[in-house]
Amino acid sequence: MRIAVLSGKGGTGKTLLSVNLAAAAKESVYVDCDVEEPNGHLYFKPLIITVEKVHVPLPVVDPGKCTGCGKCVDFCQFHALAHTGKSLIIFEDICHSCGGCLLVCPENALTEKDKEVGQVTLGISEQVTVLSGEMNIGEASGIPLIHKLLENATTYKNYTFVDCPPGSACIVMESIQDADYCLLVAEPTIFGAHNLAMVADLVSLFSIPFGVVLNKDLPGENPSEAYCKEKGFPILARIPFDQKLGEINAQGKILVREDSKWEKIFSHILDTIHREVKHETIAHSKR
Amino acid sequence: MKIALPVTENHSGGNVCPSFGRAPYYLFYDPDLEQENYLENPAANSPGGAGIQAAQFLVNQKATVVLTPRLGENAAQVLKGAALLIYQTNSESIQESILAFQENRLNPLDEIHPGFHNHGEK
Repeated sequence: MRIAVLSGKGGTGKTLLSVNLAAAAKESVYVDCDVEEPNGHLYFKPLIITVEKVHVPLPVVDPGKCTGCGKCVDFCQFHALAHTGKSLIIFEDICHSCGGCLLVCPENALTEKDKEVGQVTLGISEQVTVLSGEMNIGEASGIPLIHKLLENATTYKNYTFVDCPPGSACIVMESIQDADYCLLVAEPTIFGAHNLAMVADLVSLFSIPFGVVLNKDLPGENPSEAYCKEKGFPILARIPFDQKLGEINAQGKILVREDSKWEKIFSHILDTIHREVKHETIAHSKR
Repeated sequence: MKIALPVTENHSGGNVCPSFGRAPYYLFYDPDLEQENYLENPAANSPGGAGIQAAQFLVNQKATVVLTPRLGENAAQVLKGAALLIYQTNSESIQESILAFQENRLNPLDEIHPGFHNHGEK
């Protein structure tokens, strides 16, 4: 069962929720897909078992074979190739490694080379398997790392929590692609509600069942709650706005491993999610 | 000689466009024939790599001189690779920019900005 945790807005509580749910689930997998700024490992402090380098293929031109026909230039939707009339220029930072230019080249003038873009690690923290990725400095896209992380995660059959990057761009779409269920974390601000709406649109587009967890929950006005009620989104749980929670979290500690009170709260959230996910995925598969 | 300028309109009533890659149109001007040709920029609404695509368009159109207020590094690499001459305009007026070039009043554009790439995510 793969559950993706996303929020749109950063700092809403994706990592807080996914780390604590994974810890509450005991035997589980935590995948940190926020490869631009991974921080789940700061909580789990995992014992690293393996480190794997991730490479992407990039086209290389043989100038002796290239006739300047421009077929590859026309083909590339990202405009990673240009022909000056004298030579082919390849913009490596723009290339998405699709390999299409090699296929359309009538002269077989293009080959591929590997470029390292980052690494993924596998570690253990108590019973939680921690998968984490880190991009090399200066890399433009974290998507190859997310691919690798999620591919590695498929070997596990137990609860898998995918801590998504913020936003609703390609990198988030990659992260939620094979999720059975999406948890949307929202905070009680207008900005939070706006970004909740964006990710709700996104997961709807992917037809993935989802529910909302209201974080930093306070009595009084909550634009995110109001939005859920207006749209009929299920609110699965509320994490209270709590100074003690903030203190434990800011020390890089996992709430459920520090205090039985929090263990109860997150186990309860996990149970609720478990029921909802079972219900939704069965209902969903019948659609 | 074929002079290319990024412009805001597809007629002589427009201005020099402050953006190179995302200019809606290019004016191609042949001073020998005094011929003006306004063409749509195929890169204007490109989701990414607009500068490269626009530069490729100018190369394909066989422009030999580019007059532009500024230029990103990727586009510059393509244009320089194709040996186009690049000059910096300092007027909004198309006519004044062409005149200034013809009277040798324009400087070669050597201030290439790093582009506006990746302001969204890929």
